[in-house]
Amino acid sequence: MTRKALALTLETIQRLGAFDGCALPRGEQIAVDACPFATRLMLRGAPDVAAAIAPAFGVGAPLAPLQSAIAGERAALWMGPDEWLLLAPIEEGDLAARLASALSALPHALVDISHRQAGIEISGAGAAPLLNAGVNLDLSNAAFAPGVVVRTLFLNAEITLWRRGADRWRLETGRSFAPYLAAALMRSAQDWRLC
Amino acid sequence: MNGDFRTGKGGRVDRARAISFVFDGKTYRGCAGDSLASALLANGVLLLGRSFKYHRPRGLVCHGSEEPNALVGVHAGPGRFTPNLRATQVELYEGLIAASQNNWPSREVDVGQVAGALSAFLPAGFYYKTFMHPKGAWERLYEPLIRRAAGLGRAPTEADPDRYAIQYAHCDLAVVGAGPAGLAAALSAARAGKRVMVFDEQAELGGSLLAETTARIAGKSALDWLADALAELAAAPSVTLLPRCQAFGYYAQNFLGALERLTDHMANPDPKLARERLWQVRARQVVLATGAHERALVFPDNDRPGIMLAESARHYLARYGVKIGARLVVATAHDSAYRAAIELAQAGCEIVALADLRAAPGEGWLERARAAGIRVETETAIVGSRGRLRVTQALIARCWADGSAGAPQALACDAILMSGGWTPNVNLFSQSRGKLAYDESLQAFLPGASAQAERSAGACRGLGELAQALDDGAGPGAPARYVVEDAPPMSGGYLGLIPNQEPPERAKAFVDFQTDVAARDILLATREGMRSIEHIKRYTTTGMATDQGKLSNMNALAIAAKAMGKTLPEVGLTSFRPPYTPVSFAAFAGLSRGDLFDPIRKTPLHDWFARKGAKFEEAGLWKRASYFAQAGEDLSAAVRRECLTTRASAGIMDASTLGKIEVAGPDAGAFLDRIYVNSIAKLGVGRCRYGLMLNEAGFIADDGVVMRLAPDRFHISTTSTGAARVLALMEDYIQTEWSDLKVWFASITEQFATIAINGPKAREILAPLVADIDMSAGAFAHMSLRQGHICGVPTRLARVSFTGELGFEVNIPADYGPGVLDAIWLQAQQHSACLYGLDSLHVLRAEKGYIVVGQETDGTVTPDDIGLGKMVAANKPDFIGKRSLDMEDLRRAGRKQLVGLLPLDPGFAPDEGAQIISEASPPASAPALGHVTSSYRSATLGRSFAMALVANGRARLGETLYATTMQGAAPVKLVEPMFYDKEGARLDA
Repeated sequence: MTRKALALTLETIQRLGAFDGCALPRGEQIAVDACPFATRLMLRGAPDVAAAIAPAFGVGAPLAPLQSAIAGERAALWMGPDEWLLLAPIEEGDLAARLASALSALPHALVDISHRQAGIEISGAGAAPLLNAGVNLDLSNAAFAPGVVVRTLFLNAEITLWRRGADRWRLETGRSFAPYLAAALMRSAQDWRLC
Repeated sequence: MNGDFRTGKGGRVDRARAISFVFDGKTYRGCAGDSLASALLANGVLLLGRSFKYHRPRGLVCHGSEEPNALVGVHAGPGRFTPNLRATQVELYEGLIAASQNNWPSREVDVGQVAGALSAFLPAGFYYKTFMHPKGAWERLYEPLIRRAAGLGRAPTEADPDRYAIQYAHCDLAVVGAGPAGLAAALSAARAGKRVMVFDEQAELGGSLLAETTARIAGKSALDWLADALAELAAAPSVTLLPRCQAFGYYAQNFLGALERLTDHMANPDPKLARERLWQVRARQVVLATGAHERALVFPDNDRPGIMLAESARHYLARYGVKIGARLVVATAHDSAYRAAIELAQAGCEIVALADLRAAPGEGWLERARAAGIRVETETAIVGSRGRLRVTQALIARCWADGSAGAPQALACDAILMSGGWTPNVNLFSQSRGKLAYDESLQAFLPGASAQAERSAGACRGLGELAQALDDGAGPGAPARYVVEDAPPMSGGYLGLIPNQEPPERAKAFVDFQTDVAARDILLATREGMRSIEHIKRYTTTGMATDQGKLSNMNALAIAAKAMGKTLPEVGLTSFRPPYTPVSFAAFAGLSRGDLFDPIRKTPLHDWFARKGAKFEEAGLWKRASYFAQAGEDLSAAVRRECLTTRASAGIMDASTLGKIEVAGPDAGAFLDRIYVNSIAKLGVGRCRYGLMLNEAGFIADDGVVMRLAPDRFHISTTSTGAARVLALMEDYIQTEWSDLKVWFASITEQFATIAINGPKAREILAPLVADIDMSAGAFAHMSLRQGHICGVPTRLARVSFTGELGFEVNIPADYGPGVLDAIWLQAQQHSACLYGLDSLHVLRAEKGYIVVGQETDGTVTPDDIGLGKMVAANKPDFIGKRSLDMEDLRRAGRKQLVGLLPLDPGFAPDEGAQIISEASPPASAPALGHVTSSYRSATLGRSFAMALVANGRARLGETLYATTMQGAAPVKLVEPMFYDKEGARLDA
């Protein structure tokens, strides 16, 4: 039996995203695009871990409910009183190691969930009405200001919904829910004549 | 009578755009802007259907959604049939096909009318009387007959091809009803910059303003004011106007349900568009401006086609340019019918007489009527009508204050307009749980104290004058009052049975047109002892039709109250419930139909396996591969080949759906010690252990493999359908019971694609792809875990097996799954390996005696019952279910225990679930000893085998018992539940 690995590397294995092959709505008032591959880390621990990541991450994780903190291309999203979702560009493959060493003195859990879920960005004037076809929350500025992030449902799919700007939203879902979500968004966009 | 009843001008229809439509097979022409009701009236069609119980000829009574009689079915193509639509709400479009209901063979000649002749045998509560005897006849005879006769409309049998949408919305103010009060409320809020949503059931917003012909608002005609108001609202970015949108339900916390009709008014709607949209709206405040309903007069034979509410006749004239007839008798107890009579007279109708029950109308109306040439008879009642398929005579009589009436006088006419006054529409207010208060002067129930952030405005709270409605809608904070001219006040009203000379037990003076309840039925109910209005309602069925008694409730209440000698508020009103008008089931389902009924979860490897011919089955929301049939193979042939190939070489399956949870934190080991029955804390890093979880009752709840990644980090697996439950259970314990433990969880089920490779060649297949893991048997023992790379992709590679063969589980980040599987499959093919699915896995694991939670266990099975008693670490201080294991019942002798079964006939496999019995023909009352949990035909063993839970099973090994079959009992021998490689040599290879 050969002990030498076949000459296969990460570059030769094609990466297939959860929204690959899914039709997404696009029109004058709406654009829905799959987000680029990203590093996603789930951070859990007592409130002191939130500030402790700042040196390695560029910003501390928010302690206020439903808030997000941004440092350049990185973002820390509040998921619960002891849970944050850390997003970073895929190039930062060693982010987990750097965070782990920054947190070494504090009890915590840091779990790589980069492939567990996938994101889409929804932008345009039609974004909020389209989202409200499946999300029962008030998406107005007063109730859901830019920067707010919630865990909720789009119809029967669990999602994380993060408002990036006035007409810009990021939606994350478990990868097996991606086709359902894409199809439901597509039909709802047609119902609103958005595409 | 087929004359043209359309006026030459006036109204809001477009006479230049003719529209042809079909009603009961006959083609008619209407105008753009018509409703089906107005178009039929314009063609002189008054007979629109038959009544529910007596099959009496019926025509239009109203012009709005409260119409009780004119229910039609509309055909809009295959599968697109909607029954029980109110003709008043069906908008006309080119090619519309509608049909009347409840008649056969036609609405002119209806066999069911015989029921009318037999009406003496169909009194109130006849269900409870007539059909009591003989015993047994109910099921065999009466119920089938009644079922055939009962029900309105015909349910469509084809699947509905239309699409339906759901929309959630929030607003500062939701306004229900876009009449004067609602629009004034919306304008005030819009000017204050509030988010406003306006719901109205009609195609055009405006409510009563659409038929307002004389009044001036702020110096403008009502229609000009309406146009300006709508333009202002439409231009406000924070306002959403929703015509054709029925607010049907008012729920807790100011939550409204509303149904928007999107395409029903279109001749050729874009099939991509939804037919209806169900709005679910949370409003900070609600203004109910739902107006008032005019009441019918309850007099004998008040249900002939051609007898209509006076205000509705005026609406048909003002909005659609349609006259209900040429010679009209008007009967009223309210001034508003004077206005109707005057406007119809001005349009050229002959008003034969206006009979007013009262001694005198309100100020000025007598003079206005006489100026229009109308003969007014005061203290005069309508006491009957004549005619066959439409009214030809009205009977009027003098009546006196003591309630008696004189001899009737017949007046020839072709229509009768009636008005019993107005009932404020408190339906939604009542749904909101607000309390109603009776107003003696208005003889009406009005909204009392609000139960939610809501106010009623305008006619729905008794403020029906135009100026009152506008100011009330605008609200107390409005800067100025509305100036309204030429809208003289109107008052009056009458409740209950009109005085007449007919014996009350004979007269068919209808109260509820839709369920055919007459005044005599209500009188009968009170005579038979009904005292509560809720009992009277159910006994007589008054108010129980789809219109919920919008027209009839107050008259029914007045008749009942008078018969019992009580006041109206003493008797009280029945409850209003959603929906206000019927809502299609499909609208509630919204998108959740067909392929979007629920998410269909597919693994990252799904498409790869599908391309290889996988047949899939469902496990929770997941799709899992069952088997891979090659050319000419059926299920059993495929399973046979997959099992033999896996044992001879290797097999590959998709194990990605297995639940996976990462448990991390300094107390992870201590925590898992409390979750599983066996010891986890001492598990070495890089080692795996089979773990068994119990519930609090001591019964097996889930199982899986625990892998230790690091001293403070575990990767555990759960059953495919148990993942979410186990994760929630862990969170529950850590948040409520053991909050001192520093440990956290993350679902990683979807983080990984999991490829299981089992069989003697498994190592040879994988080794060339793995760079940094020593794959040798000595270095990588069974039940251990290595982290490294496969094809350059990071992997958690576990040496575990659920088949009894040398086995590996390759966990790789999900997006790389198909790519890595390509490489593995290339290697596997060199070793003639196969793909296998769940069906083969079940055979392979059962041959080895491995259990499946939910198959060998059913929520009543302990570790000892399935022979895993030794796994329980009784010396641990605690774990979930530990205390329960000491309960007497869980320790008693004679419990059912897992055993293997070998049928004496090796070609026979018992049914799963079959009972195990001690003799082939046991006495009838003998209890079963247990049941078969798994049963297969094994190619490897060359025979059938099964597992079963049998009372005291382990003590019975070697005995022959019997498994029940549909053809009699089959003998089976009890053996140990392990059929293959008992020494485990293959696992450790």
